[in-house]
Amino acid sequence: MARLTPVSGFVLAFAGTMGLWATQAAANDELLKIQDDPKQWVMPLGNYSSNRYSGLDQINRDNVGDLQVAWTFSTGVLRGHEGGPLVIGNMMYVHAPFPNTVFALDLSKGGQIVWKYEPQQDPNVIPVMCCDTVNRGVAYGDGKIFLHQADTKLVALDAKTGKEVWSAMDGDATKGETGTSAPLVVKDKVLIGNSGGEFGVLGKVTAYNMSDGKIAWRAFSAGPDDQIKVDPEKTTALGKPVGKDSSLKTWEGDQWKIGGGTTWGWMSYDPELNLVYYGTGNPSTWNPAQRPGDNKYSMTIFARDADTGMAKWLYQMTPHDEWDYDGVNEMILADQQVNGQDRKLLVHFDRNGFGYTLDRDTGELLVAEKYDPAVNWATKIDLKTGLPDRVKEFSTEANGEDVNTTNICPAALGSKDQQPSAYSPKTGLFYVPTNHVCMDYEPFKVAYTAGQPYVGATLSMYPPKGEDHLGNFIAWDATTGKIKWSLPEPFSVWSGALATAGDVVFYGTLEGYLKAVDAETGKELYRFKTPSGIIGNVNTYEYDGKQYIAVLSGVGGWAGIGMAAGLTEDTAGLGAVGAYKALSSYTALGGTMTVFALPE
Amino acid sequence: MRSACRSLFFLAVAVTLAGSVQAQETASTTEEKPYHVAEDGTVSWPVFSGFRRYNSVCHTCHGPDGVGSTFAPALVDSMKRLSYEQYMDVVVNGRKNVNTAVQRTMPSFGLDPNVMCYIDDIYAYLKARSDGVVPRGRPAKKEDKPAEWAEAEAACMGL
Ligand code: HEC
Repeated sequence: MARLTPVSGFVLAFAGTMGLWATQAAANDELLKIQDDPKQWVMPLGNYSSNRYSGLDQINRDNVGDLQVAWTFSTGVLRGHEGGPLVIGNMMYVHAPFPNTVFALDLSKGGQIVWKYEPQQDPNVIPVMCCDTVNRGVAYGDGKIFLHQADTKLVALDAKTGKEVWSAMDGDATKGETGTSAPLVVKDKVLIGNSGGEFGVLGKVTAYNMSDGKIAWRAFSAGPDDQIKVDPEKTTALGKPVGKDSSLKTWEGDQWKIGGGTTWGWMSYDPELNLVYYGTGNPSTWNPAQRPGDNKYSMTIFARDADTGMAKWLYQMTPHDEWDYDGVNEMILADQQVNGQDRKLLVHFDRNGFGYTLDRDTGELLVAEKYDPAVNWATKIDLKTGLPDRVKEFSTEANGEDVNTTNICPAALGSKDQQPSAYSPKTGLFYVPTNHVCMDYEPFKVAYTAGQPYVGATLSMYPPKGEDHLGNFIAWDATTGKIKWSLPEPFSVWSGALATAGDVVFYGTLEGYLKAVDAETGKELYRFKTPSGIIGNVNTYEYDGKQYIAVLSGVGGWAGIGMAAGLTEDTAGLGAVGAYKALSSYTALGGTMTVFALPE
Repeated sequence: MRSACRSLFFLAVAVTLAGSVQAQETASTTEEKPYHVAEDGTVSWPVFSGFRRYNSVCHTCHGPDGVGSTFAPALVDSMKRLSYEQYMDVVVNGRKNVNTAVQRTMPSFGLDPNVMCYIDDIYAYLKARSDGVVPRGRPAKKEDKPAEWAEAEAACMGL
């Protein structure tokens, strides 16, 4: 117990007399320190590298079979529960979907509610959230809890009392711009993205000063160089300068202004390189014929300077998207050897079905391979040009408007959506929750109206031909781009994974099982049926000498939208319901956190 | 470019409200049976168009093919009861049912060309669904897009 106790951590952060500089430094150091303490879970993806790995090993492959439920907690909300709780010292912070309630629970008092925060939000925001009213979690920094509400407001709450310290309205929900993503605290700033690609919202990332909620920098996903914070000479794409107007040139006229590229996924940070990493979403509309060009920088990985927001490098994975393959999934930072060379890697499992391994310093593309063998829209990715080799049969652009292109794999949900993977430095493997779903996609003309849906396609989704399962949980070697093992799941795995030093990997399923598998072999070691389907992320922490596993259940989200809406029949929820209709015979709605531990 | 589009669109809404995109025959008969479905199941183009528009905008709340959800009522039932005017009124102006027990919002689509230019198509589709002449899912066969329909669409959408 030589580490900083949580209480003194708070005292440090709350010592309000410190100068601004001191506060910044303290906040930065505080997070860097806590992220290395496996007893706490200080950010949604575990650490700045988004590894979702824990050094705790009290629960291990030999005893995980004995896990029991230690306690449970209801959020009182019925819609889809993405994300997961944070644990800082003796406090646990649990969030819920709209209305975005936040609870602070005291672990030293059996999970007693210390405070509860429920924002007042205009219910008109509900209809403009495309895929259920989800929220992916809160962030901690400098004694504050940061909540990114559905209506785009960023709120700083005193972590001790739940009192609002400041708030900032980030966007305009009347135009369909919403908030679903978790903030990331970096140094003295808190960063958030935006949602609303189905409403023609232009993507952006904004850094707010943690102290006062003022905007420090903001970078859009498309537009003039100064707006997207790209330096024509210094910012590179696969090693080459991007040149002048690199985004504007890839759109017709003003279309970029309603061009999407929203930033609703996860962010990572490398403190040594001082770079923030995130991806951008689909270009709007879903009808590719209406937006000629590469539509930069939708579907792009950005590496930006944390202080200024300037892009160091970027890489567009799916130029001129034709299938809604958003590029927002988590960016996992790992240091591994590729071809015998030590590399600082960024590993990303894209919606488009390819697992990308890049050098995170330079943006060089090292590996790009299919992480689901069903993927058919492209045969391969050219590592030099970065371009996918598209298959005409599955091109909704080539087949054109008003034509129903069939059997495209993956579906718009992607081979994986936002559900974050885990990386174990111990095994060197990535554990990836995946979708195994294909689709029919028929694009048609739509017109843009602010605040109205701007979709322009009808879809239906189903498992790959001749198969009956909709998901796999896989172990992936990112240095070679190969699947090590793959566990079939009846439904998409829409829950974030957790890997631990106990050689166990945890994930949840849409039917509601929390599962533990062997990190080496994938052999199932434990399962427990929680009250509802799991689309949340599994976390672990230690309190009072005991390791706990925590997960939110509460089916919903895109995969479960039909369920959340009470649908029991085919085709809806942007085409997802058909494939997921059977889900209703396994589980029902309701948000509950379940916490597991070994018996005494 | 956008503002030109917009004014064209307002014009189009006015025309639509007067009953345009689908060339109106005598109001009463088209309202009762605003669709055409051949014996082999081939649906008229407006029904197919209505299917597509419905299943890209309305389905997220009203469920696939109008079957309803916990968000919003089953339109296959509502259409048995609602007149064309009542249907228009709700879709154009929206409706709020917000109190402590329920938070239900039907958005107003009066300014959305993706709905307003196809409002009669969606009506035709929903009526065909509620009369039980069109099954669930994507219609297997459809008539070709008629030239005058395409023209009306282009004018309405400002394309
Ligand atoms: C964001 C969710 C949402 C969307 C999208 C939506 N509706 Fe609604 N709609 C509702 C709700 C909720 C009600 C019920 C309002 C109430 O309780 O008064 C409703 C009511 C209606 C009614 C009246 C039903 C009755 O029984 O009186 C009609 C007709 C209707 N909607 C048509 C449509 C059409 C057509 C579309 C697509 C263009 C659409 N709606 C899209 C939520 C939605």
